[in-house]
Amino acid sequence: MATDSNTSGDTQTAQSGSGRLIAFGLIGVAVVLFILGLMDDYESGLSIHPMDQFIIEPFFGDGPIHWYTVTNSTVWMAAAILAITALMVLGTRGRAVIPSRVQSVAELAYGFVRKMVEDVAGKDALPYFPYIFTLFLFILFANFLGLIPGSFTSTSHIAVTAVMAGAVFLTVTILGFIKNGAGFLSLFWVSSAPLVLRPILAVIELISYFVRPVSHSIRLAGNVMAGHAVLKVFAGFAGALGVGAVAPIIGVIAIYGLEVLVSAIQAYVFTILTCVYLKDALHPHH
Amino acid sequence: MADEALVAAEEAAGAAGMPQLEFSTFPNQIFWLVVTLIVIYLILSRIALPRIGAVLAERQGTITNDIAAAEDLKRQASDAEEAYNKALADARAEAQEIIAETRAEIQAELAEATAHADAEIAAKVAESEARIGEIRAGAMQSVEEVARDTATALVAALSEGKADAAAVKDAVAERMQGGRQ
Amino acid sequence: MEGDIANMGQFIGAGLAAIGSGAAAIGVGHVAGNFLAGALRNPSAAAGQTATLFIGIAFAEALGIFAFLVALLLMFAV
Repeated sequence: MATDSNTSGDTQTAQSGSGRLIAFGLIGVAVVLFILGLMDDYESGLSIHPMDQFIIEPFFGDGPIHWYTVTNSTVWMAAAILAITALMVLGTRGRAVIPSRVQSVAELAYGFVRKMVEDVAGKDALPYFPYIFTLFLFILFANFLGLIPGSFTSTSHIAVTAVMAGAVFLTVTILGFIKNGAGFLSLFWVSSAPLVLRPILAVIELISYFVRPVSHSIRLAGNVMAGHAVLKVFAGFAGALGVGAVAPIIGVIAIYGLEVLVSAIQAYVFTILTCVYLKDALHPHH
Repeated sequence: MADEALVAAEEAAGAAGMPQLEFSTFPNQIFWLVVTLIVIYLILSRIALPRIGAVLAERQGTITNDIAAAEDLKRQASDAEEAYNKALADARAEAQEIIAETRAEIQAELAEATAHADAEIAAKVAESEARIGEIRAGAMQSVEEVARDTATALVAALSEGKADAAAVKDAVAERMQGGRQ
Repeated sequence: MEGDIANMGQFIGAGLAAIGSGAAAIGVGHVAGNFLAGALRNPSAAAGQTATLFIGIAFAEALGIFAFLVALLLMFAV
């Protein structure tokens, strides 16, 4: 559970009061920098462009965006790779039986997702655990890195989330047919319902099945986008109000905290829905 | 004025709009996303996951081993305690035996000594009794002799004749007999 | 003038669509509240159901996100 890991993280920090102080200090500095940067952009009154932060532009120089161009999105995806490598590879390099802090975080993430796959999708879904873990870590780190002021959030783009959700959808559908053959269609034929209702239910189930990838992708992108846009709107208020912008700054801080929570929860929700869909593919009978 | 605003709005819509719906950037994002996911997948499946799995398995093994070792040590400790108790009981039993043996020995010695002493005492008593009897017999004989002599002398003095020694002897013996009874 | 009216329509539509976010908030509150009520009745069963809780919240929230998306599309894309 995301909340569990948060509370354990809190107790970790609480052990060293100075560590907590440093964390709060860093957050404060980040917020101030964030707002200063915004004041630079929005000196001319109340013209807030909350969507500008999502513009994709080439990272090096200027010019058209080809399919291979390194953009700001690319750079932050690479940052996610580096962060994941740091946590999962460098953090576990000691291979210690009694883990260090970083290693225990890596083990926590491993155990968390593995248990989720096992509990939700069943034991025979464990071969797909690395794929699901990849998705989880990428979304989690892209979300968290996107919360660094001035960074870019790759997961706020529907193109990105749609590819991931579409990949999950296609994989699950193909897997369902491979594993169960035509029996996979029994997912839509609710055998526990009265016979008269079954065709209607089948239509509804079919529609809901095809809406899955849409909601799966838009939920993630929409949540992240909405959070960042709201942050930007509040920061724009702060920029417009100038020195007396106490209320918007408090609002920004509160929403920032909420966004940290949402980042973790959305990664969790994306992963657990993947597990649920996988369960449907492996065990289509209700 | 209105036209200017309209133009500005249109420019803003064209330039800003929703960057998420800027379809020209889609191939770029999708390409780099796929690259990113493949890289993460390879890093995880080749390095990180086997390593973490091994560490977790090793930890499980260590815990199991430690528990087994603790169990072993516990059993050893209980064995040692048992052996100690047994040794203690043995020692106690041996001590009891030694005590009993010693007591029996002492008892026997004591009995022997007592018997010896008893025998000695009995012998001495018998000897004394014999001597007392002898003395008594001696005394009796002396008394008889004295009585006979006295009687003979008396008879001689009284009858001026010679006393019949045998008759005196008989009479004395008779009187002694009677006196004794 | 025409543009102004169109703009006005966009903003009004976006504002109406934003009501959907509030409706989704009611739904999320319902899910979480009912979970809490159930969890307080039977705390031992609660731990196993947090996954279901999050799935329920995610479904309720997805519809709010759809409304928000409509609002954004009206504001910026149309």
